[in-house]
Amino acid sequence: MVLFILRRLGQALIAIFGVMTLVFFIQRLTGDPTYLLVPETATQADIEAMRRSLGLDQPIIVQYMSFLRDIAQFDFGRSYVQRIPVTTIIASRLPYTLQLAGGALLVSFGLGVPLGVVMALWRDRPATKLLTGFVFASQSMPTFWSGILFILFFAVWLGWLPPSGAGGIENLILPSFALGLLSMATFARVTRTAMLDELSKDYVRSARARGVATPRLFWRHLARNAAIPVISVAALEISQLLAGAVIVETVFAWPGLGLLTVQSIVSRDFLVVQGIVLIGAFVTIALNFTADILYSVVDPRIRLDGSRP
Amino acid sequence: MSAAEPVVATKPRRRKVRVGVWPFVAIFLAFVVVAVFAPWIAPHDPNTQNLLGRLKPPGTEARNVLYLLGSDELGRDLLSRIIYGARISLSVALLSVVLSSVVGSVLGMAAGYFRGWFETIVMRVVDIFLSVPAILLAIITVAVLGPGFINVVIVLALTRWPRYARVAYGQTLSVANMPYVRIAKFMGAGPGRILFLHILPNIIGPLTVVATLEFGLMVLFEAGLSFLGLGVQPPTASWGAMLSVGRNYVATAFWIATFPGLCLFLLILSVNLIGDALRDRLDPKSR
Repeated sequence: MVLFILRRLGQALIAIFGVMTLVFFIQRLTGDPTYLLVPETATQADIEAMRRSLGLDQPIIVQYMSFLRDIAQFDFGRSYVQRIPVTTIIASRLPYTLQLAGGALLVSFGLGVPLGVVMALWRDRPATKLLTGFVFASQSMPTFWSGILFILFFAVWLGWLPPSGAGGIENLILPSFALGLLSMATFARVTRTAMLDELSKDYVRSARARGVATPRLFWRHLARNAAIPVISVAALEISQLLAGAVIVETVFAWPGLGLLTVQSIVSRDFLVVQGIVLIGAFVTIALNFTADILYSVVDPRIRLDGSRP
Repeated sequence: MSAAEPVVATKPRRRKVRVGVWPFVAIFLAFVVVAVFAPWIAPHDPNTQNLLGRLKPPGTEARNVLYLLGSDELGRDLLSRIIYGARISLSVALLSVVLSSVVGSVLGMAAGYFRGWFETIVMRVVDIFLSVPAILLAIITVAVLGPGFINVVIVLALTRWPRYARVAYGQTLSVANMPYVRIAKFMGAGPGRILFLHILPNIIGPLTVVATLEFGLMVLFEAGLSFLGLGVQPPTASWGAMLSVGRNYVATAFWIATFPGLCLFLLILSVNLIGDALRDRLDPKSR
């Protein structure tokens, strides 16, 4: 088990290192990253001064090393627009994105998993088939369209909820549903497939033959076995939610990291964009690492050979 | 396997909900026809402004112009803009899928065939790309390159080629030691001939499935980038950009966001369902 965790940790560290390298090279896609960091009004002298102060006149390998060193110390540089450290800006917006992601996870997990169970257990009823069709179709729904439709129905026409902005819990409801809807469909689909896989296995039939009541069969046997794929999808979905927040926050003017990203691109505040992307990538890698560990805790078969079944 | 993408559970054996796929093929083809023949189909010029006919609801007439689906904030005909927007959605998706599938497939096949250090490097890079949410990669790349039609295609291809590389790699590994490949090599066929004439035809099925599913995703990504103002720039009609404008007028002119969004949804839905049907037909593992 320890060996398994260590090996996965090693892989995660390599991935983090790789992401930093990737971002470093993307910075240099247009040649000189200095132009990303100066305002559009900068004179040639400003650009030269900026280049020297950032060490961009050094050999590229030196630049790369100092880039890695700064990021490793959680130094993402200073915002050129706001003139404060990028970490401070990100820290001030992070709570909003976490609230939104939490709300969306509540919606997607809380509705998606029961939906999936219903879709599996009563799969032959016409009503269930219709429901399944709707859930599958909702996977093709762009969040920015469903978000706008939510605003239209619940804020403009019905007037139940505020259309945008941050504030109380009522501001969080529409964005959470808009962001959570897509993941809800994923959870429902994965839960349904996992339940159907389990239902077709021999132990279910023999348990039924022994007279095990349905609720007991469900909680003691089905739910546990079907949980494995759902857990691994959960970690992926959290990172999807964080990425999806960029769009949903823009739709609802929710002042989290997503809106900050878009605002920073518009104001050409490159270091803030880079900081958010790096942190987003690190969080994704950490979530996947956690999922793998959880996975092996739930299903001991995985631990034995270190690979997945 | 990947450092980050659990492969097992995310793609479970699908139990299909039986929906006939043909209606959706028809919807998709309808979009293609509309996009190709946009200048003949569109009732008006998509960029002609009519400031006296701003924000007109569907079915109204202003200054001898009938707005079937209403007009936008500059008095442009929404229907015509939607028709021209189909061109952007489909061409960006097509170009980025072609670019990323060619690059990804060639790299993946070469990695699976030559093995060794080339395999290690390519597949490590693939793992790294796949460990970052694609939309974040796309955003930082647009932030560097700037928006615009060509740049969006480049960004999408750059962020999506690893999907094809991984599939091509796995498939190549599974056929590289088949007798027909070994015999071809024995008879003196070079690596290029083996890869493209012997291996590629045998792995094209799964790659086509990936490309179809990616096509829907590319339509979505293009619209998302345009919605954020990072895609195709105004005044070119793009569904994502129209949604972004429509969001600002949602209280007074619901049609601006509703109809482009509906088209986007129908296009993505039909492509996804076609991809699912193709997967069932072409990918033996999903049966």
